[in-house]
Amino acid sequence: MLCIHNGKIIDGISDSYHKGDILIDNGKIVEISCSDLSHKADRVIDAEGLWVMPGFVDAHCHLREPGFEYKEDIASGTKSAAAGGFTSIACMPNTEPAIDNAAVVNFIKMKATAEGKVKVYPIGAITKGRKGKELTEMKELLDAGVIALSDDGDPVSDSRIMRLALEYAGQWGIPLISHCEDKSLVGDGVMNEGTISTILGLKGITPAAEEVMVARDVILAKITKAPLHIAHVSTKGSVEIIRKAKEIGIAVTCETAPHYFSANEKWVEGYDTNTKVNPPLRTEEDVEAIKVGLQDGTIDIIATDHAPHHRDEKEVEYTLAASGISGFETAFALGYTNLVEPKIISMVELVKKMSTIPAKIFKIDGGTLEVGKAADITIASDKDEYIIDVEKFYSKGKNSPFHGKKVKGRIVYTIVDGRVVYDNGKII
Amino acid sequence: MALSRKDFLGLRDVTSDEINEILDTAELMKYILTTNNKKTPHLQGKSIVTLFYENSTRTRLSFELASKYMSASAANISASSSSVAKGESLIDTGRTIERMGVDVIIIRHPLSGAPHLLARNVSASVINAGDGMNEHPTQALLDMFTIREKKGGFRGLQVAIIGDILHSRVARSNIWGLSKMGAKIRVAGPSTLMAPGLEEIGVEVAESVEEAVEGADVVMALRLQKERQEQGLLPSMREYSNVFGLNKERISLARKDALIMHPGPINRGIEITSDIADSDNSTINEQVTNGVAVRMALLYLITRRREHKNVMYS
Repeated sequence: MLCIHNGKIIDGISDSYHKGDILIDNGKIVEISCSDLSHKADRVIDAEGLWVMPGFVDAHCHLREPGFEYKEDIASGTKSAAAGGFTSIACMPNTEPAIDNAAVVNFIKMKATAEGKVKVYPIGAITKGRKGKELTEMKELLDAGVIALSDDGDPVSDSRIMRLALEYAGQWGIPLISHCEDKSLVGDGVMNEGTISTILGLKGITPAAEEVMVARDVILAKITKAPLHIAHVSTKGSVEIIRKAKEIGIAVTCETAPHYFSANEKWVEGYDTNTKVNPPLRTEEDVEAIKVGLQDGTIDIIATDHAPHHRDEKEVEYTLAASGISGFETAFALGYTNLVEPKIISMVELVKKMSTIPAKIFKIDGGTLEVGKAADITIASDKDEYIIDVEKFYSKGKNSPFHGKKVKGRIVYTIVDGRVVYDNGKII
Repeated sequence: MALSRKDFLGLRDVTSDEINEILDTAELMKYILTTNNKKTPHLQGKSIVTLFYENSTRTRLSFELASKYMSASAANISASSSSVAKGESLIDTGRTIERMGVDVIIIRHPLSGAPHLLARNVSASVINAGDGMNEHPTQALLDMFTIREKKGGFRGLQVAIIGDILHSRVARSNIWGLSKMGAKIRVAGPSTLMAPGLEEIGVEVAESVEEAVEGADVVMALRLQKERQEQGLLPSMREYSNVFGLNKERISLARKDALIMHPGPINRGIEITSDIADSDNSTINEQVTNGVAVRMALLYLITRRREHKNVMYS
């Protein structure tokens, strides 16, 4: 038996935390108490002064396997997730081959069981080969274990296909995740369009490229009454459209990623390719709107969009560089430093947005600490400041614009099914 | 006399003192160009390579001649005939060149920021000869040299830049350089070719070419790439020249002694009519001569960086 002793417990149910002990046996939580349970256990984790939380649930990451193992694979990606405090992660289907049939779903689940440190939930493609033409066999994908459907970075541009996908998937209540980007408006843009793109002479991407598709998709969600989830919201306009949609009762949920509330377009100065991400880093005004959206609940969850790339794909001209940020190992620190410390949201709300609510939206086990449930638990410290060092990442992807930044919020332990998989900097 | 910086990547990050130093030195270089013996020892023992990923006639030739007039060993690499075509990365190409003993790499590249990437990865000096839509600092320096020569200075001058501002590295470098020296910039062109946020960097955006040109001391036309029409940014070349082209009528709104400038090569009859391009107020041909002088000055100053004693030959 394992006891987590004297931590500040956030259970994902109540709106406050309480000090206490958690007892774990056989992979499950067997007791939660305000009194000392350590005498019942053979191993005790002293959590004095630490946050004890339901393991984080990531609704959006890229594990790159199969097909791009040189960027990341299920083994390295799940180690990185564990180091970031994630116990369940949902991986996007932009693999090669794409996750558009049950065989690939089974392959990923098998690999994750054999080599993974955390629980992996594949996201299936909406269309075959993510080509935007024909629907995948969605029921078969669902039965094989996908938790959502998405064409990821190649969003369904044909509005009729998107409507049909929502209708078809909607009959089983499978959420569609839409990466909202009108590719014709994106053109060959590489960063947010505005003064900074003018100064740097880089081609801009208008916020409208995101917003027109957010608007289209919430309208389609309205007529189909199907669950829609908008990926990585990055603009003020998108927040406003989604807020309005929720007000009139459309079944839409959405996420943002830590970089959209932690960095802005000015970071592109100097042509640092680690700032290249899709959608691009936006203006300070957008960053503020994202924070307000997180605060008022318009933005339901925080997802990492962990997108590891090989060094060679970033050490090139800005325009040629791959888009994406390696995000597992900085997500909690960025959330703590940029949202909790400045009192934009509380620690309890951060945990709900990183664990409880994503688990609920995607019907993933976890997100709460309850007796009888799997012991997926993350323990973190908010005490000391430290400097992010990509060389210490477990991910193969060292691509982070946050390298060298000072943050607070450190993962100390990650526990999956009662087993400690991450212990003070080390993967077990 | 020397520039303390290793690289020369753009006018945005240089000081007005540095610009003045280059322009002052260029005066001497221009004198050398007009003499019978165009051979000086300024760059003796230096090795200079032009690495061009885009076609160029005048920029490349003027850098090459500038190097040779000053006795440097000069060589050229172009993208089509080198390992670049075989997919070698820019960093690898740069390191290879450097290992052959090269002191200065002059790079032109279709992508903004490429010279910055190269500069971070080699110890040789890197000079930007035009990167994507970002900067073309030596073009702006030669424009500024020409303006200073004709107008005596920059303070209070009204400069109109007309055309495709969005894609123009020449416009960007001139905006940075000229506004640093105290000139006022007004731009005009089709709204589909206007860069966003120009006002925030101190540029006035006029509603018409007429408005921009009115009372200007300098009128600069930019080259219009024909592909802009295919990209849907313009309905036709015809409409462009009708609405945005520089012609006699529009130029008459500028000051009588206004300079007519163009970075070349000219699309006659599109961004500028021939009578204007060939008029007495046009500096288009002189700009080319000044281009060699300014590049000689820059090469001289940047290669003096590591020397203890600065020897000026004259």
